[in-house]
Amino acid sequence: MRWINTRPSRGAQLALMLLPFLLLIAAYATGSAARLAENANDKLLPSLTGFADAINRLAFLPDARTGDYLLWSDTAASLIRLFAGLGISTVTALLIGMIIGMLPYLRALLAPFVTVISMVPPLALLPILFIVMGLGEASKIALIVIGVAPTMVRDLALKAQELPREQIVKAETLGGSSWQIALRVVLPQILPRLITCVRLQLGPAWLFLIAAEAISSDSGLGYRIFLVRRYLSMDIIFPYVVWITLLAVLTNFVLDQIRIAIFPWSELEKQG
Amino acid sequence: MSELIIDGVWKEYGDQIVLENVSLTVASRAFVALVGPSGCGKSTFLRMLLGQERATKGTILIDGEPLPSEPGPDRGVVFQRYSVFPHLTVLGNVLLGKELTASKYKAKLFGAARRAAIEEARQLVAEVGLSGAEEKYPAQLSGGMQQRLALAQALIMKPKVLLLDEPFGALDPGIRAEIHTLMKRLWHETQMTVLMVTHDMREAFTLATRVVAFERPRDRPEEKQRYGATITRDISIWPPRRAGELSLSSPDRDGPVVLQGPRRDDPSSSPSGDR
Repeated sequence: MRWINTRPSRGAQLALMLLPFLLLIAAYATGSAARLAENANDKLLPSLTGFADAINRLAFLPDARTGDYLLWSDTAASLIRLFAGLGISTVTALLIGMIIGMLPYLRALLAPFVTVISMVPPLALLPILFIVMGLGEASKIALIVIGVAPTMVRDLALKAQELPREQIVKAETLGGSSWQIALRVVLPQILPRLITCVRLQLGPAWLFLIAAEAISSDSGLGYRIFLVRRYLSMDIIFPYVVWITLLAVLTNFVLDQIRIAIFPWSELEKQG
Repeated sequence: MSELIIDGVWKEYGDQIVLENVSLTVASRAFVALVGPSGCGKSTFLRMLLGQERATKGTILIDGEPLPSEPGPDRGVVFQRYSVFPHLTVLGNVLLGKELTASKYKAKLFGAARRAAIEEARQLVAEVGLSGAEEKYPAQLSGGMQQRLALAQALIMKPKVLLLDEPFGALDPGIRAEIHTLMKRLWHETQMTVLMVTHDMREAFTLATRVVAFERPRDRPEEKQRYGATITRDISIWPPRRAGELSLSSPDRDGPVVLQGPRRDDPSSSPSGDR
C-alpha cells in the first residue's frame, strides 16, 4: 500500500499525538538528571521536583513582599493587556476591513495606506510609544494593536473582496442597499474569518506583549520571566513559558469552538 | 406588464468589441432563450439587462423607461453558481428579500411581520419542492436543490423580469428535466418575462417561446478584436407557447405540470445519501 493511503487508527492517532510531548519531557528529564548528578546546585536544567516547588511557591503561596499570588496576578495583568489589545484590533479590523472590501472609493483611499502601515516593524515603534504614551498600560496595549491590527485589516478586506460578485448582485436584486448588504450578506460571512484571523494573530500578540513587558512593567508574565532571568531562575522561567503556551493553545481552541457554535455553516462549507 | 426594448446596443471593453448593434424587443411574459457559442457575449448581454454592466452605446427600455444603472428588485436573477447565501438556511435565503425590502436599517423582521413573511417564504419553498429542508444550509443541499432555492429566492420579490444565466448548466440530465418542469410551471403561474442564457439547445427549445442566437458574423482570428457578436437568428417556437395557457395541439407538451413525489436531486431521498 502507498504511504499516502495508510491512515492511523483512533488509538494510534492519540499515541502519535502524545509521542513528541512525552519525548520532549523524557529528553529534558535525562538531561537534567545528568547535570544534577554532576553538580547538585546546577541552575540551568532544574529537576521536575524543582519545578513543582517553584510552581507551588508562585501559585499557591503569597509573595512575601506584596502578599500577591504571583502567578495569578501576573496572568491577570498580562491577559488584560492581551485581550484589550486584541479586542481593539478586532473591532478596528472589522470596521476598516469591511469598508475597504466593499467600497471602491474608500478602498482607493485606505488600502495602500494600510499596506504601508502594516510593513512598519512594530517593535521599532516601541520607544516612540513609551515616550508618547508613558510607561503604563496604554503603550503596551498600543503596541499589540499596532502589531496585529494592520494584518487583520488586510486579511478581512481580502476576505470581503473575495465574496463572489454574484452574491452581491443577487442581494441587490433582492432590494438590498449598501448598508443592508454590509449587515446581512458581508458581515455574517466574514465574522468566522475574523475569529480565525484572531487565532492566527495570537502568536504575534503574545510576542508584542512580552516584548513590552520585558522592557517596562511591574507585573505580567513577560515581566516575571525577564526579572528572574537575573537570578538564572530556570525553575520559574520554564513553567512560565509552558503556562503562556498553554494559555495561547487554550484561547486558540476556545475561539475555534466559538466559531463552530455560532456559525455552523462555516464548518459545513469547509467540508463541502 | 414588462416589455423589454433593446435598441442598437454595443458593448466594448477598451478596444475589444463584444457585442455590436444588438436590437431585440421582448414581449411581456415571453420566455426568451439566448443561445450561442461560448464567449459570444450572451452573458454580457444578460449582465447589461441586470444592470451589472452598462451598454457602451444604445438604449435598453423596460416598460418604456430607461433601465436603471444598477441591479434592483424589478429584475431577479439566478446564476449558475453562488446564487444563494451560504450563511443562511433555506428559509433564511428566501426570507432575505422580504427582510431587505421591509426593514430599511435592521434588515430583519420581528413579530407579526416576521411570521407573515415566514408564511409566504414557506409557501415558495414548498412551491419549488424544498419542503422539509427549510432549516438546512446550502452546503447540505445538492446542486439542483440549490438552484431551486435560488429560484424561490428570486421569486419572492415578484420581479418583472427574471434573468437566468445558465442556471441548470451544471446539473445532470435527469435532474435538469425535473427542474425544467418546475421552471415551466413557475413561468405559467407568475407574471414574469424570462430571459435565459443556455448552451443546451434542447433546453432552449423545450422551455422558450422564442430562441435568439448570438454569433460573431466575422470570426477570423484577426477580426475577433474589432467585430463583436450580434443576433443572427431569432426563432419563434411554433405552435406558439403562451404563459398561463395550455397548448391546443399538444396539451401535455406545454401545459402546466404537477409534479408529485420526492425529487431526484434530494440527497436525503436516495438510500445511499450521496451528493
